[in-house]
Amino acid sequence: MKKPLIFSQFFRNNGKMMGGIMMFLVAFWIIVLILLPQLSMLDFSFRFNLPPKELGGPKDVYTLHNYRYLLYGADGKEGTYNTVDLMVFVRTIIAAMAVTIADLILCYPLAYYLGQSKGTGFVRLLVVLLIIPYWINEILRAFALRIIFADSGIVNDVLMTLHLIKEPIDFIRADIALYAGLGYAYILLMLFPMYNVIESLDRNQIEAARDMGASWTRIHRRIVIPHAKPGISSGMTMVFMLSAGALAAPQILGGPSSLWFTQLVYQWFNGSLNWQQGSAYAIVLLVSSIVIVMTFMKIFKVNMGDIGK
Amino acid sequence: MADGVGVDLDNVWIRFGDFVAVREANVHINGGDFFSFLGPSGCGKTTILRAISGFLDPSEGRVLIGGNDMAGIGPNKRPTALIFQNLALFPLMKIWENITFSMEVKGASTAERRKRADELLDMIALEGQGDKLPSELSGGQKQRVAIARALCAEPDVLLLDEPLSALDLKLRQHMRTELREIQQRVGITFIYITHDQGEALTMSDNVAVMRAGIIDQIGTGHDVYDRPATAFVASFVGENNVFRGKIQEIQGNEALMQSNRSGLLRATITPSAVGELKVGDDAMMFIRPEALALANGDSHDKARISAKVLSEEFEGNSYSVYLEGDGGKEMKMSMPNLGQDPEASRGQDLTLSYDVGNAMVMPAGELASE
Repeated sequence: MKKPLIFSQFFRNNGKMMGGIMMFLVAFWIIVLILLPQLSMLDFSFRFNLPPKELGGPKDVYTLHNYRYLLYGADGKEGTYNTVDLMVFVRTIIAAMAVTIADLILCYPLAYYLGQSKGTGFVRLLVVLLIIPYWINEILRAFALRIIFADSGIVNDVLMTLHLIKEPIDFIRADIALYAGLGYAYILLMLFPMYNVIESLDRNQIEAARDMGASWTRIHRRIVIPHAKPGISSGMTMVFMLSAGALAAPQILGGPSSLWFTQLVYQWFNGSLNWQQGSAYAIVLLVSSIVIVMTFMKIFKVNMGDIGK
Repeated sequence: MADGVGVDLDNVWIRFGDFVAVREANVHINGGDFFSFLGPSGCGKTTILRAISGFLDPSEGRVLIGGNDMAGIGPNKRPTALIFQNLALFPLMKIWENITFSMEVKGASTAERRKRADELLDMIALEGQGDKLPSELSGGQKQRVAIARALCAEPDVLLLDEPLSALDLKLRQHMRTELREIQQRVGITFIYITHDQGEALTMSDNVAVMRAGIIDQIGTGHDVYDRPATAFVASFVGENNVFRGKIQEIQGNEALMQSNRSGLLRATITPSAVGELKVGDDAMMFIRPEALALANGDSHDKARISAKVLSEEFEGNSYSVYLEGDGGKEMKMSMPNLGQDPEASRGQDLTLSYDVGNAMVMPAGELASE
């Protein structure tokens, strides 16, 4: 009863032609770009990797084999765990969380400064300066960081010139370059939602709290952070999801020993041509990320609806 | 009440770059007074309030609260509480948390805060509403919560920055009375900022009228209304008919002014200009619409002006009659509605009279623009 009313209202407001086009585009987006690929991945993940001629044959049945593989490794070895892949998975999730928290700590002061200094010319210039590096391709940015963190790169040069270190530090092997690259890749997605919400905070509230004797930490804890919560959570969600699912930065900046979980997915798809196994890994990463985000949202009492704000 | 904490501005100048926002302000505010700064927007009154509350430092001069120099003391350390124009209630905190925020800062327990919140909610007649959010209250209720929040800190001086301007007329009038009552009850100094002369006159013990960073006059409501010190005050506070001219003769505290368009007019020299106004000076004379009356038999000791009726408006409690003097000078007269028709009709020639004591003459000056 309700839905047709919304639809007819929508058509009345936008006209049949425009309304129809918009409805079609929304439906296309949701069905073709989101639902179908994910559903086909889900379907793949429950199937065996069969040669083409056996597809549709008696062996083509649904199975949990691919998921079992992630837990226990190759078949027949139940009781032992696929520690290599599981460790990569856990490490990816924990590192993505660490990157998210690091971005939050870096962005909060900047977002507060930008948001509360009333759009002066200097602030606008700062925002443009922040955006310009993102006109460059993500892979090129990762390579740039690789150069900066190389043995003879600028970071080692500076540290050695200042006599802080004698030998160059291997930032790549230590994964410092990787974390820096991941943190930098998505930092704007943390900054802008926070900047937007903090900008909408009435300055008088801060002054009122100060007038009543509140310290700066209390003002942030009681006034600014609660107000910025939707922005903080949408920024954190995006940075976490994207770093957990990043591929370019780990490929380019990751040390020889370190694997990111997406690299395993990539290997299954491209190296082993086992899309079924790759899909299962991808589904596990997606579902775990969603569960983690939802859990944190529950803990910090953030509503799904607030995130879009 | 006389033992409240007073506030003094001692030769205060406030500059923003080249712009002088406040010029040589010298104000003494008695402890326990309801004191208003009245002026048009942009006159520097909010800047003065911010200097008293500690959000900005005067470029020159001193702010004293209870005789103590406030230089270098931040807003959180001053015995003042500020009520913002938009109230600035914390939207994500419940009413009781809002009201007792100053106690939270000092580390009071929840039980203490709850108790104090209940007392204050009683005072502002919002019993049992403590667990609501600000968005669930009406405009007038939010207003009262803001007052309670400011009073909870037990300030010596309460600063109010046009807190009533967002309310509708009826509520505004009601809140005026309420604010005045609260002030009388708690007995602390209230410093009130407004551009609404009605608010300033009804609530205040004393009023400072400001123009472009300058304080033109400080006095009681009667002083600024009946004996304005400058042409700006006369034209800003209430309605006034202004006549321009030159002083022709001075007799004690009365003067005869040769007006540009209405002939010779007799008026009282405003107290601050006695001795200053000289024969030949450019001057302005002001008569309130309600001080003009129709001349009749027993008004021969009064001054007279003849004029023609242009139009008339009925305003419920009074009639406003718009007139044109001989020289083309437009005037407004207001007559109380006592049940009979006004004796004025369009085009009619009238002789108006006024009491010389009600007409004030002073040196010509800048008028308030509407």
